[in-house]
Amino acid sequence: MEAIDIFSYFLLLLLLLSGIKVVTTSNVIHAAIFLVFTLATTAILFILLSAEFVALVLVLVYIGAVIVLFLFGVMITRAPLGPNAELDNDQNKLFATLISLSIFGIFTYILLQTFDSTVVISEGTSTKLLGEILLSRFVFPFELVSFVLLGALIGGITLARKDNALMDEDQI
Amino acid sequence: MSFSSELLIKVLVVLATAPVMALGLTLLEVKGSAWMQRRPGPLHVGLRGFIFPLATAAKYFQKETIIPKDVDEPVFKWAPAWVIAAVVGLFTIIPLSPTLIVRDLELGVFFLLAISSISTIGVLTAGWSSANKFSLMGGLRAAGQLIAYELPLILSVVGVVIQAETMSTVGIVEKQIEFGFPFVIAGQGIAFIIFMIAATAEMMRTPFDMPIGESELTMGFMTEYSGIRFLIFYISEYINLFVMCAIASTLFLGGYHIPLLPTEWVNFYGPLVLIGKTFTLAFLLIAIRWSFPRFREDQLQTLAWKVLIPLSLLNIMVTAIMKVVF
Repeated sequence: MEAIDIFSYFLLLLLLLSGIKVVTTSNVIHAAIFLVFTLATTAILFILLSAEFVALVLVLVYIGAVIVLFLFGVMITRAPLGPNAELDNDQNKLFATLISLSIFGIFTYILLQTFDSTVVISEGTSTKLLGEILLSRFVFPFELVSFVLLGALIGGITLARKDNALMDEDQI
Repeated sequence: MSFSSELLIKVLVVLATAPVMALGLTLLEVKGSAWMQRRPGPLHVGLRGFIFPLATAAKYFQKETIIPKDVDEPVFKWAPAWVIAAVVGLFTIIPLSPTLIVRDLELGVFFLLAISSISTIGVLTAGWSSANKFSLMGGLRAAGQLIAYELPLILSVVGVVIQAETMSTVGIVEKQIEFGFPFVIAGQGIAFIIFMIAATAEMMRTPFDMPIGESELTMGFMTEYSGIRFLIFYISEYINLFVMCAIASTLFLGGYHIPLLPTEWVNFYGPLVLIGKTFTLAFLLIAIRWSFPRFREDQLQTLAWKVLIPLSLLNIMVTAIMKVVF
């Protein structure tokens, strides 16, 4: 076993432990911080797989934006210090176990079936390839995704903003 | 040299450089403010004021670290670590010369934006875990500001990346040497101004110090911090000032090179040139800090969302069109 293998297993253990802590802790802010650890370990695993771009996207988008907005949202509405009993959910433990095990099984099966141990990119710059593929072969889905995002943006603004005309007529 | 010993040396060099630069900039800050406001202390006391930063550091080391009773202890204790880890991590991509760089990452600029966004978590958790409403207000204001100004920071850099056709910091400097002019003259002047404004806001320095406003929030998210943990927040601000100015010099001002100097000697004069440019930019920000009052919260948000972001989007569009045309 090489050093990098030991390092990967250590990271996987860390990933598993922090993932378990995310769902078992009864403090919503602690859960978010453990989620940061989970995402950071995932990012390091992606770097070990020489997918630097994906790793940095994880850091920029998930840690830098999603978690920050999550913390921001929780703190601005309600964030009591100390544990919150409402977060402990004892219902449907059987279903939760079944669903998570089946998702794990399906993913493992698909990944092993499709890739097994084939090395997809062994050398060169994966980011450049990613950029070229995105703007040539996958240009249509790429544009489509940006329209979906634009739609979500407009939807969010429409839902959030108070309509003055309706406010005046006491409709809201 | 093996990979691990090389890594160890690089880490040690960065860990030694970061506080030295912070001390240098603290000195510049106190001397600048003393000069602008006619304060005798930092200009005359103790070797003409030059040991001032060391005295400040020594003061914080001997102060007692107070942890209030109601704080969320692990979160409270580790909050400064997020901030300093994020700013020291950025030393990785600062090129002092083509070879004198921790690692010339292919995704250098992207790395900058990704890593610098981590410090927001430290600021937010510091504000929340302090169990103090002023801290929480400060933390929320800080987060709102950091989110708002991260966008113009990212978008202003995109223009440079389009023009240089690379995200590596060394590559960007080489492109400017090849071109003959730094990017601030050659098309990215507006982007430079946007970058500097957004960087000042990211550092939460005056005029963007609404989150820590001493007179109303008593230092905001840092209120409950004392001793060594406060020092970490304090030193992070100056390390961040150094890093942001160094990145701005690299991306816009030609980095480690000055036109007309022979490129063969760049390994000798490169570090001096970059640090000189960095300290000049830092002095500009210090002069701004000691000359202007702070922005009101709504003015600050309006400036980011209604002025800087549209302007940087326009800059990207114009740069892309110019790139296709020429």
